Order: sequence, then C-alpha cells, then structure tokens
Amino acid sequence: MQAKRIGKVTKISGNMVTAAVDAAIIQNEVAYIRHGKESLKAEVIRVRGNKAETQVYESTISLQVGDIAEFTGELLSVELGPGLLGQIFDGLQNPLPSLAKKHGFFLNRGEYLPALAEETIWEFTPLVKIGDKVKAGSRLGFVPEKIFKHFIMVPFGLNGIWEVIRIASLGRYDLKTPVARLRDQSGKEEDVYLKQSWPVKIAIKAYSEKLKPQQPLVTKMRLIDSLFPVALGGTYCIPGPFGAGKTVLQQLTSRHAEIDIVIIAACGERAGEVVETLKTFPELIDSKTRKPLSDRTVIICNTSSMPVAARESSVYTAVTIAEYYRQMGLNVLLLADSTSRWAQAMREMSGRLEEIPGEEAFPAYLESRIASFYERAGVVRLHDGSTGSVTIGGTVSPAGGNFEEPVTQATLKVVGAFHGLSRERSDARRYPAIDPLISWSKYPSIIPQAYRDRGHEIMRKSHEIFQMMKVIGEEGTALGDYVDYLKGEFFDSVYLQQNAFDPVDEACSADRQQYIFAFIYGILETEFIFENKEDALKIFQQLRQLFRGWNSSEFKTKEFENFESEVALLIEQKRSPKKETSNA
Amino acid sequence: MHKIYTSIVQIAGDVITVEAEGVGYMEIAEISTSRGVSLAQVIRLDGNRVSLQVFAGSKGISTGDKVRFLGHPMRVSSGEDLMGRIFNGSGTPLDKGPVLSENLVDINGPPVNPVKRVIPNKMIRTGIPMIDVFNSLVESQKLPIFSIAGEPYNELLARIAIQAEVDIIILGGMGLKHDDYLFFRDTLEAAGVLSRSIFFMHTASDPTVECLLVPDISLAVAEHFALNGKRVLVLLSDMTNFADALKEISITMEQVPSNRGYPGDLYSQLASRYEKAVDFDAAGSITILAVTTMPGDDVTHPVPDNTGYITEGQFYLKNAVIEPFGSLSRLKQQVNGKTRNDHRAIMDTMIQLFANYRETLEKQAMGFQMSAWDKKLLKYGKLFETEMMSLKVNIPLERALSRGWEILKECFAPEETGIKRSLIEQYWPKT
Repeated sequence: MQAKRIGKVTKISGNMVTAAVDAAIIQNEVAYIRHGKESLKAEVIRVRGNKAETQVYESTISLQVGDIAEFTGELLSVELGPGLLGQIFDGLQNPLPSLAKKHGFFLNRGEYLPALAEETIWEFTPLVKIGDKVKAGSRLGFVPEKIFKHFIMVPFGLNGIWEVIRIASLGRYDLKTPVARLRDQSGKEEDVYLKQSWPVKIAIKAYSEKLKPQQPLVTKMRLIDSLFPVALGGTYCIPGPFGAGKTVLQQLTSRHAEIDIVIIAACGERAGEVVETLKTFPELIDSKTRKPLSDRTVIICNTSSMPVAARESSVYTAVTIAEYYRQMGLNVLLLADSTSRWAQAMREMSGRLEEIPGEEAFPAYLESRIASFYERAGVVRLHDGSTGSVTIGGTVSPAGGNFEEPVTQATLKVVGAFHGLSRERSDARRYPAIDPLISWSKYPSIIPQAYRDRGHEIMRKSHEIFQMMKVIGEEGTALGDYVDYLKGEFFDSVYLQQNAFDPVDEACSADRQQYIFAFIYGILETEFIFENKEDALKIFQQLRQLFRGWNSSEFKTKEFENFESEVALLIEQKRSPKKETSNA
Repeated sequence: MHKIYTSIVQIAGDVITVEAEGVGYMEIAEISTSRGVSLAQVIRLDGNRVSLQVFAGSKGISTGDKVRFLGHPMRVSSGEDLMGRIFNGSGTPLDKGPVLSENLVDINGPPVNPVKRVIPNKMIRTGIPMIDVFNSLVESQKLPIFSIAGEPYNELLARIAIQAEVDIIILGGMGLKHDDYLFFRDTLEAAGVLSRSIFFMHTASDPTVECLLVPDISLAVAEHFALNGKRVLVLLSDMTNFADALKEISITMEQVPSNRGYPGDLYSQLASRYEKAVDFDAAGSITILAVTTMPGDDVTHPVPDNTGYITEGQFYLKNAVIEPFGSLSRLKQQVNGKTRNDHRAIMDTMIQLFANYRETLEKQAMGFQMSAWDKKLLKYGKLFETEMMSLKVNIPLERALSRGWEILKECFAPEETGIKRSLIEQYWPKT
C-alpha cells in the first residue's frame, strides 16, 4: 500500500473537487479533504497529470482552493463482520442510529463512525486446528449472529495457500482481538480478526465456481412466482412510472420472500419510505423463523436529500455485504430502489467531469456499470461444496414512465426477469401493477410449464378480445370470444391480483400457488355452456366473488375447503356435458 | 476585515467571474455597483478564478466594480421576529419593517438523519372533502398540486393555508405575478392569519437567481421553527419557475443539459428541497404544499415527472376541481383508518361509483341507451360533482362523510353500494 500523500485543492465545482498532488495517485483511492476541523471523504475518479479529480461524498460548502487533500492509498471499503444484521447504514456504512445518538437530528458532514461496534463481544467457536491449510474464504470458526452461524473466514484478499499457525480457542472475543494467525509459503504472517474489510467496487471471488440460477425464489406473490419467476442467484428489474407501486412491491418482497437475508439499498428515494421500513421491521415477525424481520435485514440508506455521490457507494456497499453473507452459504436478496437515482448520480458526476455525454446526457459507460453491478448476482459453489447466492432486484424509475430510456434499456439487457409496471394497471387498482403483457422471465417457475404457458396465452387472448370489443361493441362479439375475455379477466382478478392489505392474501405460499393454479387451469380448460353473455358475466362475477373469499381464507382449513366445494359446484352447473364425455 | 477584489474578468448571464483567493465554495459576496449593492454566491472555484451568481442580476455591473467576500455561506435570520413579515428571495424586507440580522441560520443545512424521523400519523384537516375524505393530507407530507396556467391553484393554496391547523405558514413565491402576491397577502390578512405567516416573495420581474433561493430560505426558516416544536406549513408556488431558473443558470454555466434543457441534477435539486418535509422525533414538523404547473398539461414533462417521483402523491387540479383520478395522497392510509370507521368505505365506494359514472357518461356520449342503473349513476355523478368535488364546498370531514351517505341513499339501494352490512346498519340514513 502507498503511504499517505498530501495534495492541494485547485478547483471546486459542485461535489467535484480537484487536487494537485506531487506523488503517485491511485484511481479510486479514498482521499480526505481537510477544511478546518472537518475532514470530508472523497474518492479519486479521474487522474489528469498531477491533478486528481475526486467526488466528495459530502456537501462541499465553504471548501477553499488551497485546502489540504490527504490521499490514503486505500480503495473505498466496507467492514465485514458480525453485527451487520439489523443495522441501518448510510451509503458509506456509517451506522445511522449511532450517529443520531451522537449528533442528533442532522447528518453533519465529516462525521464518521465505525460500521461495527468494536467492543461488542462475540462467542467464537473454532473450526480449524493448527497446521490446517486454508485459502481465502475458508472458514476458520463461527460466532452466532441472530439466528445464523456467522462464519469467520480467511480474508478474501489473501492469495494462495496459508497455514494456520494459531487459532483462538472457544471463547468470547471482541473485534479488535486476533482470533487466528496464518502463514503463507513465503513465510509472511497475517492476523485474522472477527471482521475484515473489502473494497466495494470489486466483487468477492472466493468461491470455486459460479452456477446457473435454477431454483425459484419464492416471493409469495402469485404473479411473480407463477408467471414471472425470479431464481435464487438471478437478477430482475422493476421499471415503472411514479405511483405504480415499485416501492410497495419491494417492501412486500422484503417481508415475504423465502430467503435467508435481505439487504435493502434505498438509493436516492424518499426518506419516509425508509422510515417506514426501519420502524416497522423490528415489530414484524417472520413467519418462518418467528423472529423480527429486522433480524434478517440490513438497510443501506442514502435518501434523496443525502449527498449524491454516496448513492453510488450505497449500491456497492449493499452488494458487497450481500456477497459476504453469500460466502457463508446463505441465500441473500438485494433490493435496490432505485437504480435510476444511481444512474443519475453518475450523470451528474460525468457532467462535472465534462465528459462527452451519451444518450440523455448519461455517460457512455452507463451500460457497462449497470451490467457489472447485476453480474455480481449469482449462485456459487463455495470451497467446501455448499452453495450460496445473491439475488438482485432493482427498481428503475424511467423519465415520464417511458421504458425507451437508457437506464431501463441498459438494465433489460442484463437481467433475467423483467417486471414492468404500467400506469393503466395501477390506475385500475390492479395490484401488483406488473403488466403481464409486457413482462417476462427466463427462470423456471414453481408451476408446470404447460400451466404457465396457458396463463400467458389467456391473458394475451383476453386482451385482444377486449381491444376488439372496444371497436365493435359487446353486441358484435361472439359468445365464445366473450367467454375467453371473461376467463382472462377472471384469472387476472383472482390470481394475478393480490390484496396487500389482507392478512392471508398478502402472502401466498408455493404450495398454495401450485394447488390454486391447478384448479384455475381446470377452469380455463373447461368448456362452459352459457345461455347468453349476461349469464356468462353473472357466473364469472359469482366465481370471482367466491374466489376472493377463498383467497383470504387460510390454506387447507375448513373455510378453505368450503369455498373450494362452492366454486366446484358452481362450475359443475355450467360445464359442457359434451366435453365431459369426450374426456371420459 | 474582508478583502475587496476589483478584478472581474468575465460577465456572462447573471454569472460573473472574479480573480480572488481564500474564497469558500458557496460563500456569499457583496458587489457594489453604480446601481447599488447586490449579494452574490460562489458557484465554482477554479484556481483563483471565482464564479459567482449575482442575485440582483448582472445588468449594469462593470468590470471595475468591487467584490467583497463575506466569509460565510448564505444565511437567513430566523425566529419570532419574522412573523407577519414579507421578504424577497435574498431575505431583504419588502415591507416597511426593519432589516433582521439575528438568529442567523445557514440555508443549506445538512440533511435529517432518517432515524430521527417518525412515521407521519397526524391528519391536516382542510375542510375540502376531495382532500379530507378522499386523499387526506398528513402532517409532514410533501405534496404538489399539478395544474396548468389559469387554474385557481393559488386560491386553493391560500384556502388550505387559512384552514389548516398549523402554527406557522411560510409562503415561498417563485416567479409569481405581482397580482398573485397581492392576492396572497390580502387573503391571508382578511382571514387574520397574516400575523403567523412569513412571505418570501420572488415575482416574475425579479432577478432569476433570487428565485433559486426562495425554497431554500423558506425551508431553512421552517426547519428552525420545526426544531423548536412548531408545526409549519410551507407553500411553494410555483416550483416549475424554480426549475426553469435552474435551467437558466446551468445553461449559463455551460453544463450539459439532459432532458429538454434541464440540468441532469434536476431530480436531486428538487428532492433536496422537498425532502425537508419532516416530522421530527420529539419536535415539530414541516409540511410542504407546492404548485407545479405542467407546461402543455403534460405530466411527463421533466418537472412534474421528477416531482412525482419525489413527493408523496399529488393533487391534479383540473377545470377548477381536484380530479379524483390521478390525485393521490400516499400517506392517507396512515390516518384515514383512525378518523371514523366508515371513512375508508365511503372513500372507496364513492370513487368506484364515480368511475362507473364516468363510463356511463362516455356511453351516453356515444349514443348508447341508458339503463336504469345508468340513470342512477348519472344522478349520483351530478350530486357528487356539486356536493363533494366543487371547491366551493367547505365542510369538516365528519359532515362530509355523512353527506356522502345521504348522497348514496338519494341514488341507490344499500346493497347496490357494495358496502359491508355492519356499516350500512350503522350509517345508512334512516329517513
């Protein structure tokens, strides 16, 4: 590592500060701009001659030409260790509750606190013995953190094979005390602590191979799990205009997803929404573990009023923490809301750097930055044969709700599933407002492929008939077509839509989805006999009414079965007898 | 004492460049010209070249004029003395009162730690059924009124200001017509609330740069009061003018524009103002109601579009009524469960029926025959428009809910409304 070097500020424009240095400069190293007693964190983002151009992660008010810039030689890093779960950090991994305790209402600039409380004591259990050969990512021991075994691993930055020459015995240690000492073949020795640090912009690669995402991640939202599934280790994006429910969708996912750990990166969005999450999660109980949701959650929040440059780091901080827990063999879900704000932060910086702008003034490297971020998702086989995964779901806030804009387009190229929200659906109060006609997913679903195809088909067909009806009127539509239209509407309203305010309907388990979808598939395939359109409409309205009740009754209870038999009876009355015999 | 510089090397738009040393970013300077003294703010430092935006505009500035740096960023006086006073965008009194220089607060203070915010939970009653019943306004909410030129948005703002139960009203006017300014002053005075109001006024004829300062200065003062436990309502009209001022300055500074000439940081600029809306843990609150006029009634225009992504809902003011569709208060769920047990049912039912009424109107326009149900809807729609939607209606929430039941009874049978039986039994008017 380079020693500390000193430079002098020569130019200030917004949050871009240029400093002249008469020594080597490292791209992306952290610098501190000293102004009086304040010391503001910055990152080198371009070097020209002896001038280092830095983005300052704080407000630059009152900085002067001639102020001292101190270059640290270290890349922007996060601390990784026990104590991350349940925490709320800003984009630079400052713990916000501790900052509030120390400094009150405001986030004063230049105030930094250690991410992990160093004096906390953890119960360490060793897993290796002296003489064992280990490499980066190998597990040396573990401490209990909430409901997980938090493995203490060989620092990811160590190359080659190392030998354990000292390992702490079972006991209680804080973060400042080494728990192991390692030696490599050249004789170099390293201490290992309960925590380590890692540069955020570099992916952790201490695994043996990256696998194909195959296993579905159950979000308990029917529309997603059945038709547009997400896979463990996969990526998906949710673009949508304002007011279409992106954030609500993310919040529901963070509550109900069947996953070990959720990392929420609130990037440049409303503070109010973060407040809701951080105040309610400690009180919401996870149905699987019976523990508060906050126990499995890490919140990284850089809301829209916080410094713009830290938006970028908040996204990277979040993904690095996700990768860290993945290394323990856990499945981690990273929810980033919203990636457009991050892209806008890049655009602002690019403008200050006076780079040649690309489309809508976004920088030319927008696509590659977005791609390399989503590429940090994945399922990996770890050195010990177990697997862990990072799944990334990002919202996109396209200008004017138009998906033909650079951020949406760049994101669509690299994700495995697209959940496009539409204004029409949200205006019609059809929630979740994911538009089944434009969305897609490349991942396998929890329901059989034939069922899934039928679901897509009926939605398309129903929409076509609806469009036709607008022109020729209901009178001119054939009864058969009209019934197909009703089937589509029925499927949409009782299966694809879900009531987030109903305690049962808000989360639909995989079993239940498989069961109900099979039932609905039966209805979609049934040939009905109706006297006329009014009769058909009436029956489908009744079906819908019954299904709504069914949806809000607990799975496999008496009430549930009652609804089922009522629905079945109603269908029996209108089933075509001809179809019955041909089936027999 | 502060050094005086006389080496102005460039004047472009309202931005001047002077050669100076030891100047802080965003620092304030005084420029003495033949036309008087104006304040200016540093917006770029490059070596010894200091670029300043001149609040009073650059007209009449000579390259030989004196620039004196004051050694601190923009500040505003705050406190009880401001009550009932009227200032311009740089804090200079427009009324006959004295210049204030005590209790100075920085206008670009640090952001609030999200941990110190509380979940908003107090309703602000306005006496307007379209707000109270259908899209309740909540303390600490930030909400724009999307409208077009010619709509009575300033009347609506003034009315909410008068009726809202808040401690202090701060009005930030940006690019207002002089008549509008007088309208606000006279209306608030007539209602007797001027003594707890503070005005920061930038009219259309004032220098552009001052327009940029209005939201900051208004919100800095609001924040100061909120920290002292006061409930503050900030009215900003019109934020589109603010955005246009940003555009003007950024183009002058030769920044690369992103969308329709607006700077790439428009979202951040708007957000950093709107996000000042806050309900402090164990202190007061700031609620922001703003006007965003939509050029060409186009909601995808960059200003309303970016605003929509920041604010907690929006009111569409169209044809002098708050349009029920598209208008949204994202925070209404926090309060409308605690008012009266029929609030949510009335809200949902009346809106659904009104949506049906609109469909029936379309059918009618296309010449289809009207069924008995259609006729009921037509009757309902008319009543809803005159007794609920009209901005002339001014009744408290409870009266509005009861009026809702009466309208439903006048038009429908109980089961046609789809409201739960228990509520029907409790509220359906007997006679």
